[in-house]
Amino acid sequence: MSDNIGKIVGVNGNLLTVEFEKPVVQNEVAYARLGDLRLKSEVIRVRGHYAEMQVFEDTTGLKEGDRVEFTGELLSAELGPGLLAQVFDGLQNPLPKLAEECGFFLKRGHYLDALPRDRRWAFTPTVETGASVTAGDALGWVPEGIFRHRIFAPFSIPRGERWTVEEIAPAGEYAVEHVVARLRDPRGGRHEARLFQRWPVKIPIRAFAERLRPTEPLTTKIRIIDTLFPVARGGTYCIPGPFGAGKTVLQQLTSRYADVDIVIVAACGERAGEVVETLREFPELVDPRTGRSLMERTLIICNTSSMPVAAREASVYTAVTIAEYYRQMGLNVLLLADSTSRWAQALREMSGRLEEIPGEEAFPAYLESVIAAFYERAGVVRLNDGSTGSVTIGGTVSPAGGNFEEPVTQSTLKVVGAFHGLSRERSDQRRYPAIHPLESWSKYEGVVLVDQVAAARDVLFRGNDVNQMMKVVGEEGTSIDDFVVYLKAEFLDAVYLQQDAYHPVDAATSPERQRYVFERLVRILKTPMRFESKDAARRFFQRLTQTVKDWNRVEMGGAEFAEIERRVEAMVAEVAEYA
Amino acid sequence: MHRVYHRIERIAGNVITVQATGVAYRELAQVTSARGVSLAQVIRLEGGRVDLQVFAGSRGIATDSQVRFLGHTMQVPFSQSLLGRVFTGGGQPRDGGPPIHENPIGIGGPSVNPAKRIIPRNMVRTGIPMIDVFNTLVESQKLPIFSVAGEPYNPLLARIALQAEVDLIILGGMGLKHDDYLFFRDTLEREGALSRSILFIHTAADPIVECLLVPDICLAVAEQFALKNQRVLVLLTDMTNFADALKEIAITMEQIPSNRGYPGDLYSQLAARYEKAVDFDTAGSITILAVTTMPGDDVTHPVPDNTGYITEGQFYLRNGRIEPFGSLSRLKQLVNSRTREDHRTIMNTMIQLYAGYKETLEKQAMGFRMSDWDRKLLKYGRLFEDRMMDLRVNIPLEQALDLGWRILAECFEPAETAIPTRLIEKFWPGNIAAATAA
Ligand SMILES: Nc1ncnc2c1ncn2[C@@H]1O[C@H](COP(=O)(O)OP(=O)(O)OP(=O)(O)O)[C@@H](O)[C@H]1O
Ligand SMILES: [Mg+2]
Repeated sequence: MSDNIGKIVGVNGNLLTVEFEKPVVQNEVAYARLGDLRLKSEVIRVRGHYAEMQVFEDTTGLKEGDRVEFTGELLSAELGPGLLAQVFDGLQNPLPKLAEECGFFLKRGHYLDALPRDRRWAFTPTVETGASVTAGDALGWVPEGIFRHRIFAPFSIPRGERWTVEEIAPAGEYAVEHVVARLRDPRGGRHEARLFQRWPVKIPIRAFAERLRPTEPLTTKIRIIDTLFPVARGGTYCIPGPFGAGKTVLQQLTSRYADVDIVIVAACGERAGEVVETLREFPELVDPRTGRSLMERTLIICNTSSMPVAAREASVYTAVTIAEYYRQMGLNVLLLADSTSRWAQALREMSGRLEEIPGEEAFPAYLESVIAAFYERAGVVRLNDGSTGSVTIGGTVSPAGGNFEEPVTQSTLKVVGAFHGLSRERSDQRRYPAIHPLESWSKYEGVVLVDQVAAARDVLFRGNDVNQMMKVVGEEGTSIDDFVVYLKAEFLDAVYLQQDAYHPVDAATSPERQRYVFERLVRILKTPMRFESKDAARRFFQRLTQTVKDWNRVEMGGAEFAEIERRVEAMVAEVAEYA
Repeated sequence: MHRVYHRIERIAGNVITVQATGVAYRELAQVTSARGVSLAQVIRLEGGRVDLQVFAGSRGIATDSQVRFLGHTMQVPFSQSLLGRVFTGGGQPRDGGPPIHENPIGIGGPSVNPAKRIIPRNMVRTGIPMIDVFNTLVESQKLPIFSVAGEPYNPLLARIALQAEVDLIILGGMGLKHDDYLFFRDTLEREGALSRSILFIHTAADPIVECLLVPDICLAVAEQFALKNQRVLVLLTDMTNFADALKEIAITMEQIPSNRGYPGDLYSQLAARYEKAVDFDTAGSITILAVTTMPGDDVTHPVPDNTGYITEGQFYLRNGRIEPFGSLSRLKQLVNSRTREDHRTIMNTMIQLYAGYKETLEKQAMGFRMSDWDRKLLKYGRLFEDRMMDLRVNIPLEQALDLGWRILAECFEPAETAIPTRLIEKFWPGNIAAATAA
């Protein structure tokens, strides 16, 4: 503990003004004393002999003159085995453990170690005495669930510098605090490495060889995403949408079905109930990829809306730091942040208290660069040992009034690789997932052939044009050919873009099935058809829609699947017009 | 030791400023002026200056009025003797009964540890098909009624409260019209529910800042009862008045507004209250039903907008009906898989067809020719509105589902509904389909 002590001279919400004498560091952690309690806080501005600090707790009861203890350390996360399957708050306190100690309610000033100190891990060294290592090199590994959790040389080894391993622990069972290696830097300085290390959350971990371009699709098993607006491993995407449009449900589905090694859920300023669903259900669900509980690949950082506001910001940084850490092990990590707007609002609240000059909608002027820097932490990287790992970031955005022309949505759209815009119109009509098929976009490659996607999009756009036109000239003023285009677009929407999240089969569609079904649907879309009347055409497509929806609900490969497919083809053959 | 000050340096809006030492953030003080005594709360400390928001307002406060710091934050008594009683927003008796001082508890306490919550699982039956079938209410849900002034939102609130199976009802009135207060009291009394109710009523005639206390007081009391295994229903009407009081204080404090004058922390402030809704692991629950009136019927107005982002859905009350569009219960899927197997399908199908009806109405208004399909939709839409949406309909869920099938069968062929074949075979009322086809 440092002996640098300050004194409170002002309290405004969760902002303290603190008078100090000895030097302080921007973003260093300090504790405000309230009797026996120590309230964690962070220096966010320094002016003369006054530091302004955001407190990660409720400030009720603090007085002018109360002591503040500076620590000299930046806000950091603990990185080591034992993170997976945990539920942390934004400051990395394990919530179930906190509940054991404090009961029903969170208790301010009560901090616990993120990693259990008593648990032992079976360590296997992978370097020998005399080896020289750099940041990002492994010293050994321990098994953590289904993974080989690498134990790294300190990430703080300066770039290009190599340290010598003077001592390495033999294989054995160790607790996280055990020193497993002693290292010497080129200047003769001595360092210890344990099973875990601390890393400041606002600084990216860059202990890898190079960044690569994200090219491989990350499949979510949500058809409209994988087929039309794909996400890439190591890429970024955002889901803006008005309240109740389905952002959280989409993320919950993705956390369940996405084809990645590890999912980190950052519930940032949203409802506690939503976290509880994940927390209570995942341990019971089996991950089809591994046959183990889904929770083993999941980690939840939750700072829900009624928890202290300043910790919201910390929570997304804690989450992304842990994501980067597992990427260092050659794993594919998906970080889902819900909602980035709440974090932006936390910035706005702080900026307001600091009386900074406000930008649009009172957000601070630096909002855009903060958002850009956050998404920049995603990426595919080639590690020192030649393997690759990735961090993919998907963030929801909750725009005021559901209007995308607002600072957080706009700043986010500038930096992400895919945009899944949810529309109120579609959610009102229960067309789930309510991703708008005409407005959304992606810069990544998906799981189906691009010319098929182009053909399908063409029908969607033309169908929409016809629909708009019909609103002016009526159905009677529309040619039957145009009308069929409109019906085809509606058909594709109903049987492919829409997906029943609560149906055991329909909820997740494998890439193979998407390729198979989409190819057939595109063939139907391309089939010229003749009908006697518009009513006859409508009746045909209603029947076809119902049949294909039944098809969606059966497992691929079974007899029923083949049978329905035959029925669909027979139906189409009846109306097909052969040139 | 109570510290007493006699020099008020600044009076602006409902905020007063004194020079004082040893004052704690959010501490309470008593301000005594010629007009009487009011509570005030510390909202800012800065270089020896203390800003306090005065609950009864600053009118009549003199620069030499007395400010006495109480050394604690806002508290409310908690005991069984609260039952059947009516208090003001500040917690004083409004019903002529004796004041209660026992067992004071703090308000605005910390949040529940998410690890101690459980997934809500009990449906709250209301007998209103638009709720039970389409947007099922669930115990521990937080849900507002969005509506414009003039809609019967308070009667709807009272009706749900009386029909719901809960142990305790706590009513928080904010800026409530006196008539509405009497309506609630009389209705609860008439239905024999007053003895299991507690009312904290701030009326439109009371000082505006006092309404800021109402949600916290109600929820603090609710929390204590819930911890004692009670299922508590909290009614809050009207949360827009609460938000407006927040706005007023923010403006007085010269905070930079984010949107239409509302402070940037409106979301967090509202969330801190609504998130008190909870289903406790091994204890009771709190369900919150609120009213949010929408200025200018505009759901993008900051108050309904921020509310919608916090609550678990909303009932959209318009023209005396709960609108299917805009209304949502986010917890419905937690219970409607266990009601009846056709519940979800009826819910989705009927809404999708109703959306089709709305489009047809537009076409009709444009004077376009109606196709066969349009005519079916028109018939369907009208039946749906008359038999399902009308708030006078009061039937159990199962009957409402049967009614749904009958309406569908009166209007459509099975294939036109896109309902899974399996359910059609089981539930489609065959005789009616045959009758209409003939
Ligand atoms: N894919 C889906 N399938 C079926 N229902 C859905 C789907 N997506 C959303 N819903 C319905 O909409 C409700 C709201 O969805 P969700 O909570 O995801 O909205 P949101 O966009 O996260 O809203 P907020 O911004 O307020 O958090 C869900 O509870 C569910 O009833
Ligand atoms: Mg959400």
